[in-house]
Amino acid sequence: MPVPHTAFAPEATTNRALRAFLHGLPGVDEVGARARAQDLSTRSVKTTAKAQAIDLAISMVDLTTLEGADTPGKVRALCAKAAHPDPTDRTVPRVGAVCVYSDMVATAVDALRGTGVGVASVATAFPSGRAPMEAKLADTRRAVADGAGEIDMVIDRGAFLSGDYLKVFEEITAVKEACGTAHLKVILETGELVTYDNVRRASHLAIRAGGDFVKTSTGKVSPAATLPVTLVMLEAVRDHHAATGRHVGVKPAGGIRTTKDAIRNLVLVNEVAGPDWLTPDLFRIGASSLLNDLLMQRTRLSTGTYPSPDYYTLD
Amino acid sequence: MAERRNTRKAARGTAEAGGGTDGPAPSRLAVRKTYKLYLGGAFPRSESGRSYPVTSDSGQHLANASLASRKDARDAVSAARKAFGGWSTRTAYNRGQILYRVAEVLEGRRDQFTAQAVAAQGLSRAEADRVVSAAVDRWVYYAGWTDKVAQVLGGANPVSGPYYNHSAPEPTGVVAVLAPQHAPLLGLTSVVAPVIATGNTAVVVTSETAPLAAIDLAEVLATSDLPGGVVNLLTGRVPELGPHLAAHADVNALDLTGAGGLAVEFERAAATTLTRVLRPGPGTDGGEEAWLDPDPGTARMTPFLETKTVWHPVGT
Repeated sequence: MPVPHTAFAPEATTNRALRAFLHGLPGVDEVGARARAQDLSTRSVKTTAKAQAIDLAISMVDLTTLEGADTPGKVRALCAKAAHPDPTDRTVPRVGAVCVYSDMVATAVDALRGTGVGVASVATAFPSGRAPMEAKLADTRRAVADGAGEIDMVIDRGAFLSGDYLKVFEEITAVKEACGTAHLKVILETGELVTYDNVRRASHLAIRAGGDFVKTSTGKVSPAATLPVTLVMLEAVRDHHAATGRHVGVKPAGGIRTTKDAIRNLVLVNEVAGPDWLTPDLFRIGASSLLNDLLMQRTRLSTGTYPSPDYYTLD
Repeated sequence: MAERRNTRKAARGTAEAGGGTDGPAPSRLAVRKTYKLYLGGAFPRSESGRSYPVTSDSGQHLANASLASRKDARDAVSAARKAFGGWSTRTAYNRGQILYRVAEVLEGRRDQFTAQAVAAQGLSRAEADRVVSAAVDRWVYYAGWTDKVAQVLGGANPVSGPYYNHSAPEPTGVVAVLAPQHAPLLGLTSVVAPVIATGNTAVVVTSETAPLAAIDLAEVLATSDLPGGVVNLLTGRVPELGPHLAAHADVNALDLTGAGGLAVEFERAAATTLTRVLRPGPGTDGGEEAWLDPDPGTARMTPFLETKTVWHPVGT
């Protein structure tokens, strides 16, 4: 159900006003959301449409490495893969961006210069978000100064769940300011938000606070990007666009490992938000192992034989 | 509505009249088994939803079996690949225990398999009994080989230099097996057991005309501590499934025993991804009696092994 336009009228930002707005949003029909997502995931996408979907999905991948064991070498290898996902086939599009920790931004920027692949950095005490505000802002500024074009911030789920919406709102606006020209993706960590109602509220809160993207998860918490959650977030950006004309992107991340999962997400985007969102500017998929599966399916379509993971890089 | 009620009442009346106190007891509804695939340790229907009728030697309908599709074959290879890491790193001794357990469970269900062989292949009771005994013994045979094959095929190599040099056989990976067409139990056991004994995992296309014994055997495998995915059984047509398995890059070796006239074509497809191939041997196209040799040796194990050789300097 579209959110009434009046809900977006500018007003003094107080916790009371935010609360009134967020709790005034229509509730999510959980059974309905699940059924709709399930229904859309049975669409059959084959042959030429599948080939197109695979290439689109590749161009939307935020190739991610967020491990404690990341090294500059691993980041460089990942960047090489991002620019040329399949070195034996130059018709494969490059991915949307590479997503790394903030201390690896300089390495990634260096490796990706001239390739057209963006560099995204997680910031603000990823993945827990438990750090003083100054530290979060310093983290963000450093990543932007090192050349990150996109910042993936995490919201303070503790504050959100305890009803302190103003704190979450102000953090997002402050980080957005620290970003300057860099795009801001707001990670809601939906696995910790418990209900779909909360996902809808957090999405609207993040959008209202100036986020350019809403992102489902850090990938460190399970469940991560489930289809119904992505559906609720796509509805939020659709409603915001209907009310204000501003486009906000969506990025599901975590748990999307197969081509089938990716194509289901694309179907969801097309049916819920609309074809406007079928671009890497407004839809990204945060993943690491997904890219290999997309490449393997691409090979399968073009050669007719099933490929082996042995022929693709490990990361 | 009234009419229907009347009819029902009338029907009941007839039944009561027919089933008097000294009449035959009302017969039980038959509980028929749905024969499905064995894939990743589970028994799913074919992804395609297809099935085909299976008849006995004399043309009598026995059951419907799932008709596996290209995608079932793909899923089976994925399941086998997933199971390979765990199965190949088990100790050889443990694999032997599990294969012996298969023999134990099969022995406990020998009546079922004997009856199956009589009905499906038209064997006499005595012949069927011999075949089932041989199948049980075949599992014991390869259970014994699991922790001995390394000594027979590997060992220390004499080299001219200050090095220890050792060779050891290792499993090659996922093996696609086209099982014998006319030997659905003993033939199947004889080709599958040597593949998994050494630590490989198997995707098996069973006999097309007599697939029921294979799915009954799957029930034995599923209850013998054999991890899911180590053996995957597809009932279906070799001409449909074979080309995809042969060309599949994630299949490391191919046993062409049941390939019939397509063997050469499959071998050619397998060559594009350097898949190891075992050609159909002489006599393997025959019935169960062709597989009765109690000592088949290592011939069916060695084609699916890689030799790893390690050089190690002396004194360090």
